[in-house]
Amino acid sequence: MYTASDLRKGLRIKIDGDPYIVTEFNFVKPGKGQALYRCKLKNMMTGSQFERTFRSVDAFDPADLEEKKMQYLYKEEDKYCFMDNNTYEQVYLTEEQIGDAKNFLLDNLEVEILLFENKPLDISLPNFVDIIVAEAEPWAKGDTVSGNTKPVVLQTGYQIQVPPFIEAGEKIRVDTRSGEYLTRVK
Amino acid sequence: MQSKKGMAEKNWTLVKKRDDLWLRARMIQAMREFFVGRDYLEIETPERIPAPAPEDHIDAFSCGSWFLQTSPELCMKRLLAAGYEKIFQICKCWREGERGDYHLPEYTLLEWYRRDADYQDLMIECEGLIRYVAGASGRQGFLDYQSDRIDLSLPWERLSVGEAFERYAPLSVEEALDQGCFDEVIACRVGPNLGRRCPTFLYDYPVSLGALARARKDNPGLAERFELYMAGIELANAFSELNDAQEQRRRFEKSRAYRRSAGKTDYPVPEPFLKTLDSMPDSAGIALGVDRLVMILGDRKKIDHVVAFTPEDL
Repeated sequence: MYTASDLRKGLRIKIDGDPYIVTEFNFVKPGKGQALYRCKLKNMMTGSQFERTFRSVDAFDPADLEEKKMQYLYKEEDKYCFMDNNTYEQVYLTEEQIGDAKNFLLDNLEVEILLFENKPLDISLPNFVDIIVAEAEPWAKGDTVSGNTKPVVLQTGYQIQVPPFIEAGEKIRVDTRSGEYLTRVK
Repeated sequence: MQSKKGMAEKNWTLVKKRDDLWLRARMIQAMREFFVGRDYLEIETPERIPAPAPEDHIDAFSCGSWFLQTSPELCMKRLLAAGYEKIFQICKCWREGERGDYHLPEYTLLEWYRRDADYQDLMIECEGLIRYVAGASGRQGFLDYQSDRIDLSLPWERLSVGEAFERYAPLSVEEALDQGCFDEVIACRVGPNLGRRCPTFLYDYPVSLGALARARKDNPGLAERFELYMAGIELANAFSELNDAQEQRRRFEKSRAYRRSAGKTDYPVPEPFLKTLDSMPDSAGIALGVDRLVMILGDRKKIDHVVAFTPEDL
């Protein structure tokens, strides 16, 4: 059982028997008023979305979903193929189901695939992924303390802001939840 | 000269906050200058207290058998009752369960009180303070926050809660109170529209929503309370302070009853405060969220950007 204070982006809950995922979440509270939890929810079966505001007394059941560790194999047209390394069972997710995960989806990466009645619905990346910088402007030496960032392109083609000293070919660690640079990896 | 290797070890999240932390420090400095220049006495009161003011929806962290303050209000009013005319404080406050883009469970509050003043006087002082702090931080005339340009020229908009509901809500204040959805309407429908072109004072709340505020003499259904909004964000809350101990005790007991029925922690009645409340002269007081004002001047979307560490960073 979840309560409203457990709500956050990515949480999956059951409403009227269907699995829903919280796609946007914001805690709001008028200064003297009660805590409110504003959510945008997406039906994981139909894709339909709606907005709802919950109070702290509201409670939810977790969605009946199965999470399986699978390995990313390849992309074929607009389908992404994943395999269960124990059973060699393969499943396909659409571009839409993959969503932002494609930004950090490396070949052979082990991910969690979410299944509802054996149908793949969604993907969860590891929180941290180490990834190679494919393209970067050279480092302007001397700029060691400013909070400046520069854009680089990752091996997946995704553009990300990093500190100025990061150069092409280096490996960096990215937080897949925020999509932000964390640190350089040796 | 630092080696390139040494650089990579630095906490990048912190390095990126340099400009925001400088802005924050300059703003707090400017707040002090503003109040000192107006003969306010800066004071400090204990942050760990035996009895926070019981309010329906504000939860204190326990700290031993006492609590961390949710606001310095009670001690500051005891100072007013003892004859201090103008006092201000910049301090940490704690509220359990409050975490979001605009909320930290531990945050910084600027609170000030003035004798022989009411909430209208504080609106004017608020205008002066924020214009001064903005100016001292290199921002003159207007602020750009996200997609809004907020004009700081005087006077700022004053909008009663009733007018705001008429303008932005699908129902009236009375209907919202009857249906028990006042908070939802303020938070989701009304608030986000306020202070977008110039700061807005939202004033005259239903008296049931002004726990420590005085009712209007000409309309006892309304509390002399305002909130300041900028860019849809609630920045400050002010009252013409209630100084009727009997009425205050009644409101505290009502909140305590609500808290008990809702399964929340019951706070003891702050007796030393109530004992001196009748001798507190007519005064007005206001609390302003320092972190949020830094967010707005720094054009930051989340409160996380304007503090060095959030609880999640620890």
